[in-house]
Amino acid sequence: MSVDKSTVARIAQLARIKVPEEDLGALADELSKIIGWVEQLDEVDTEGVAPMASSAEDTVLRQRDDVVTDGDCREAVLSNAPKTTKGYFVVPKVIE
Amino acid sequence: MANLTDLTIAEAQAGLAQGEFSSKEITEAHITAIEAARDLNAFVTETPERALADAEASDKRRAGGDVGALDGLPIAIKDLFCTKGIQSTASSHMLEGFIPSYESTVSSKMVDAGMVMLGKTNLDEFAMGSSNETSYFGPVLDPWKRSSDDQSLVPGGSSGGSASAVAARLCLAATGTDTGGSIRQPASFCGIVGMKPTYGRCSRWGIVAFASSLDQAGPMTRTVRDAAIMLQSMVGFDPKDTTSSEMPVPDFQAMLGQDIKGLKIGIPSEYRVEGTDPEILALWDQGVKWLEDAGAEAVEVSLPRTKYALPAYYIIAPAEASSNLARYDGMRYGLRADGENLAEVYENTRAEGFGNEVRRRILMGTYVLSAGYYDAYYIKAQKVRKLIADEFSAAFETVDAILTPAVPSAAFAHGEKSDDLLGMYSNDVMTVPASLAGLPGISVPAGLSSDGLPLGLQLITKAFDEETLFRVADVLEQSAGFTARPGEKA
Repeated sequence: MSVDKSTVARIAQLARIKVPEEDLGALADELSKIIGWVEQLDEVDTEGVAPMASSAEDTVLRQRDDVVTDGDCREAVLSNAPKTTKGYFVVPKVIE
Repeated sequence: MANLTDLTIAEAQAGLAQGEFSSKEITEAHITAIEAARDLNAFVTETPERALADAEASDKRRAGGDVGALDGLPIAIKDLFCTKGIQSTASSHMLEGFIPSYESTVSSKMVDAGMVMLGKTNLDEFAMGSSNETSYFGPVLDPWKRSSDDQSLVPGGSSGGSASAVAARLCLAATGTDTGGSIRQPASFCGIVGMKPTYGRCSRWGIVAFASSLDQAGPMTRTVRDAAIMLQSMVGFDPKDTTSSEMPVPDFQAMLGQDIKGLKIGIPSEYRVEGTDPEILALWDQGVKWLEDAGAEAVEVSLPRTKYALPAYYIIAPAEASSNLARYDGMRYGLRADGENLAEVYENTRAEGFGNEVRRRILMGTYVLSAGYYDAYYIKAQKVRKLIADEFSAAFETVDAILTPAVPSAAFAHGEKSDDLLGMYSNDVMTVPASLAGLPGISVPAGLSSDGLPLGLQLITKAFDEETLFRVADVLEQSAGFTARPGEKA
């Protein structure tokens, strides 16, 4: 499967990365090369194999007690924010 | 008195205990070494003032007779670990200036054990790379050079700054992280020991995430014993990481100095990968002989799907990365670029903040996770991952450890593979299989190429059997007797 410029533009939009028009061709070539290479996995018979998400997946998922363990750290949470006011994050207008 | 920057961790511990030198003295020696070696670009952030304060506090504790396992030892931390009050960048423009208000679990344990914090080491951006050439803060230099020319070489990656700093005697040891080989491959390129523990041994909490099902911290040191000492202070159950293991932690050092008589060492012929440097294959044969001479039995094992590990990894890791790196939206921390509306702010921020390799991997990950391709690529890769893990499990029913080369080549020159994407990715061909299976692995410097560059051999054991890993690695290290140092041309 090869990837064309319009596909790169679509996935870039999905990934929320602005990709300049002049980069699309090179990225399409690179991704096509990588995808062509990973497609060798089609040679492997995986009929009936359960997909493995993690080597730790056999461990039992723990639950913690439903108690407050953190908080009262507003200043620390906001300390790296690009823009804040009165203890809040300031973000661009979301609703028109 | 020996040169204080040449000591191993074990020697430094003994010298500090016997009062031969203070933590302040050994720390000052390393700060001087770091300043003199800035051309290596091994550090993103040096923290000499913090180091001296740590050292003085350590000397006071020692005077009071109350010292921790790493007390007074000058160590560097890969800049992928969040460190409280110290800039933590992941070598990305996206996080330039980011100062965490918290400390990663691993570095926090090391601080509790008394370490002296020398600074944050350079890496490939967001740990994505095998040469440390993708760092926003510039490439790192390998302290080694070929005997035949004077070209600058890459230290490997992604933990290239850590590997370079340990090899160049800028720190006694450094932390690394390994997703597909990012500890073991640079360790081999720089002639040091790099160890990736079993997935789940070290908490991932506070380490900038790349591919969460694979990321694992580990020690980078100059000896196997030092790796065992340092790992002891990095591991342990952490409720803040859902994949952190509750398995009991053994005494890693206790396995050193034991013989390996009767142990079975698996030799997988599938690691004779096409294109591998013949000198490395010869070194591998030599490694088999060393272990046999030490009383182990070499056994051929078959891991037939080894060649599919790398393509599976280059689906799984970018997929997880594209999801993990979605958090960099310019709203709560990190870079924020201007834009006409919210969507444009996101898109401009991520365009400005990420370098080319990170962008490529996010796009690749987004593609394989997108509607219509998810089953064909992502689920397929996870199934292949399962088969690879099962093959290792089957092999470990008959052998105690597996010996392979750590890398397919010695360190290469800056720019040499920049235009060869798949060639660059193939650096991890020997290390990725154990990563996919979550197994512990260690790269031990075992010899020099004919051009004077270090070459490593890799040992792999079954999950949570770091004891056997250290036991065999110790014997391999003794047999190899690797004493060469960078900067000493024959």
